[in-house]
This record gives sequence, C-alpha cells and structure tokens, in this order.
Amino acid sequence: MPTRRTFSSLVMLLMLCGGTPALAQDQAIVVASTTSTQDSGLFDHILPVFEAKTGIDVKVVAQGTGQALDTGRRGDADVVFVHAKAQEEKFVEEGFATERFDVMYNDFVLVGPKSDPAGISGTKDIAAALIEIRTREAPFVSRGDKSGTHSAEIRLWKEAGLDIGTAKGQWYREIGQGMGAALNTASAMNAYVLSDRATWLSFRNRGDLGIVVEGDKRLFNQYGIMLVNPEKHPNVKAEAGQLFIEWLISPEGQASIGEYKIGGQQLFFPNAEQERS
Amino acid sequence: MSETVSAWQLIASGDATLFAIVRLSLAVSLTAVAIAMVVGLPLGAILALTRFPGRSAVVVILNGFMGLPPVVVGLTVYLLLSRSGPLGELGLLFTPTAMVIAQALLVLPIIAALTRQTVEDLWHEYREELTAMGVGPTGQVATLLWDSRFSLVTALLAGFGRAAAEVGTVMIVGGNIDGFTRTMTTAIALETSKGNLPLAMGLGLILIVLILLINATAWGVRAWSEQRAG
Repeated sequence: MPTRRTFSSLVMLLMLCGGTPALAQDQAIVVASTTSTQDSGLFDHILPVFEAKTGIDVKVVAQGTGQALDTGRRGDADVVFVHAKAQEEKFVEEGFATERFDVMYNDFVLVGPKSDPAGISGTKDIAAALIEIRTREAPFVSRGDKSGTHSAEIRLWKEAGLDIGTAKGQWYREIGQGMGAALNTASAMNAYVLSDRATWLSFRNRGDLGIVVEGDKRLFNQYGIMLVNPEKHPNVKAEAGQLFIEWLISPEGQASIGEYKIGGQQLFFPNAEQERS
Repeated sequence: MSETVSAWQLIASGDATLFAIVRLSLAVSLTAVAIAMVVGLPLGAILALTRFPGRSAVVVILNGFMGLPPVVVGLTVYLLLSRSGPLGELGLLFTPTAMVIAQALLVLPIIAALTRQTVEDLWHEYREELTAMGVGPTGQVATLLWDSRFSLVTALLAGFGRAAAEVGTVMIVGGNIDGFTRTMTTAIALETSKGNLPLAMGLGLILIVLILLINATAWGVRAWSEQRAG
C-alpha cells in the first residue's frame, strides 16, 4: 500500500517530468528534420546561435524525410526541414505549407569497400557505376525508408535505366532504417551504399569503406525548409517558426551553416536566395 | 558530445548533458512505474479475489500483455497524442509526459499480472482466516497486498527493468529531442547510428550499472524492512 511518503515522492517525480517543459513551451518550436542534419552535428553547431539571439528553443525530431513530412502533415511539428524536393513540392501542393525555401546543399556519395568488387572506384558516372553493381550483383545496402536519400537512390537507379523494383535480388538489401544504420550495415557486410556526404564525413565506424563515386552532377542534394500551414493546424507556432526560417536563410544563418566543418571539410553549402520575391 | 570522448571521460568530467539524460531516464521510468503501481496493485489484487464469467480470459490477456511490443505501444500512444489524433488538443506528443504515459501502459500489465499471481497464492492461505474474521473485500485486498509487499517489490522491479531498458516507445513518442526527451536508450541508439560505437557501448554500461544500483537499493530496503517486520 502506498504510504504518504511514497505518494509525495510520486508527486515530486511527476513535477520533475511535467513541470519544467510547461515553462519553456511558449518559446519552443518543434522542427521535424532528417537524420543527416542531426547525425552530422549541424544542429549542435547552428542552434545555439539562434537560441541565444531569439530565446526560442528549437526541438529537433530527426526522422527520414518521408516520416518528417508526415509528422508535419499530422500537425506534430511547426517546421519541416528536409531534402527531397519532389516530396516537398507535393507537401506545398497539398496545402500543408504555403512556401518552400532552399536552405543549403551538399552532395551524395557512393560509398563502398576498398576491395571494390564492382570495379567502379574513381568513375564519375554514377549511372554506369550502378549498372555495374547490378550486373556483378555486388552487395548494395538501400535505406528503404522513403527518406530523402532513399528517394535519391531510386531516382538514380531510374536514371541508370534500371527498374530497381524488378532488378533487385539477393544482392540488394533494403534495411528500412536511418543513414547511420545503413552505413553500419554496409560496413559490416562490405556493401555499397549511397550516403549524403555530411553523414559520411561524421561517421566513425567506417571499417573498410571509402568513397568510390563522387562529383557527378546527378548526386546533388538540396535541403529545403517549410513552415507547416497554420490554417491546416492552428496549433502551429507560426511566428516563432517563421522567425527560425527567416534566420536560417538570412546572411547570418547562412554563414553559420557554411562555418560548420569536420576535419577541415565543409559539410553543407548555404544557397538560400537572398532576394525573395 | 564531441569527437573523441568516451563514456568514462563523460562521467569523470561530470558532463552536464550526461547527467541530464540520466536524470530524465530515471524520472520517466520511475514515474511510469509509480503510476502503474497505483493502478496495477489494486487491479491485480481485485482480479485475484473475484470470480466472474470470463475471468480466465482476462487473466490470460493480462499475462499476455506482459509481452506487449514496445513499438506497438509507442505507435498507439503516438496516434492518440498526435495533433491529428483524439487527444491532440493536449499537445503532449514529443514531451516527457508522453513518454511516461507510454511506459506506464507498458509496465501496467507486468505489475498487475505478477500482483494477481502473488496475491492469489496468498489468498489460498488466508482465505479461511479472513472470512472467519468477517473482513470486507477492501480489507481483504489491503491485508493481502500488505502481507505480500516483499514479493511485490520484485513485481515493481520487473516493471522498472522493462521501462528503463526499452527504446521503442520513448523513441516514437518522445522524438529523442536533445536536452528534452533524450534518454539513455535513445542516446545509445543515436550514438550507434553515428557510428560512434565505443561511446554507445559506454553509455550502455552506465545504464546497466544504474539498473543494478536501483535493484541493489530495493534489495537493501527489502532486507532492512523484513528484518524490522521480524
């Protein structure tokens, strides 16, 4: 039987849990973003600057692009910051956002084992490389989670003239998980995997993996940001969310993104349009 | 958490982030167990003492729910608390409160089912005496719960173990937000996905040590009070 003492400690625990967040709630926004922006450490670098300036607490929920957009659709995030332009434009078309802004870009890289069983190391032609992987049935890890990187991978197979739905076999392993998990898997089974450069640069369990293909124009990776439409979801903190977006595409926010480096390498390249119409 | 630190350096340097994560993990899991206890102990005891049609089915379901998949509980609570869900108005998704709710649901069947078994075993022993003394139903529940309190500590610890170790529900309903809903288990998952396996493993060891400490404390309290109770 709970005594009075256990009851009061229960109340204390409840307060410990529920009390603190309520205070900060007005000045906090939820940003649904991708695993690449979180795992690469970008947010740890830029958010303190914004928070110090505005006092707005930014809470990042890192998901794949598909899931992040869904979180926005359900009204569970105020801002969506992702990287799959076609899906983002659909999000705007459906009325879940009114405007989409380019923020920054980096590129995808094809990562693979140093032994290079498909013999594609050094080529700049991603389509040719993928065809070679398919022909030799070299192990390939796919995100398989409707993330931005997964969308890009499917587009690249298509551009290589392959329908991955029918071309896949034992060699093609869909894991349905985030970028880090995909890299861990590829590292464990010496497979090829498509990764955004930022996650790859900050990834530490590389094993025998290295970049095999990079520099193809088709590997371009654009990030965009949108405020969830307050007309669809009245709970959206439009003002604070808009402030965050404005700051991110302002010269100050853009500079902060450009400054972020790991081992001397810049991870994201700001490219917001400074003159907005 | 920066490039080359190990978990032990974090402890040694008294890393504030680490302590905040540990505090949140313990607060969420202990609160969930406390809530599940307040509901689960009487529920289990009442189920032990009453006879009604379909009771066996209820017992089987309760026992079965001890194995509820965390990810399913998480998804259910997510859909309930989402802004587009029935309880969306409350704005609880991605907060520690949501994590407490989800874990309490996960732990409740464990505490209720183990309580039911413990109390029912004791009931066979006490039945005649309590009936002869003319003790009412509420008195019976109270007496049986009190007299099996030492065994029930194990039920609570089983519940706590489940709550502290799981990652599925807290990841979904908490969102693993830095400094707000990041717990030990979601931090371990995050460091793993960053490929930072030594730090992930170190955090895992810290979590195991914490769980052991809590169990040791419970054991100590139990031994001490058993001694006092004579």
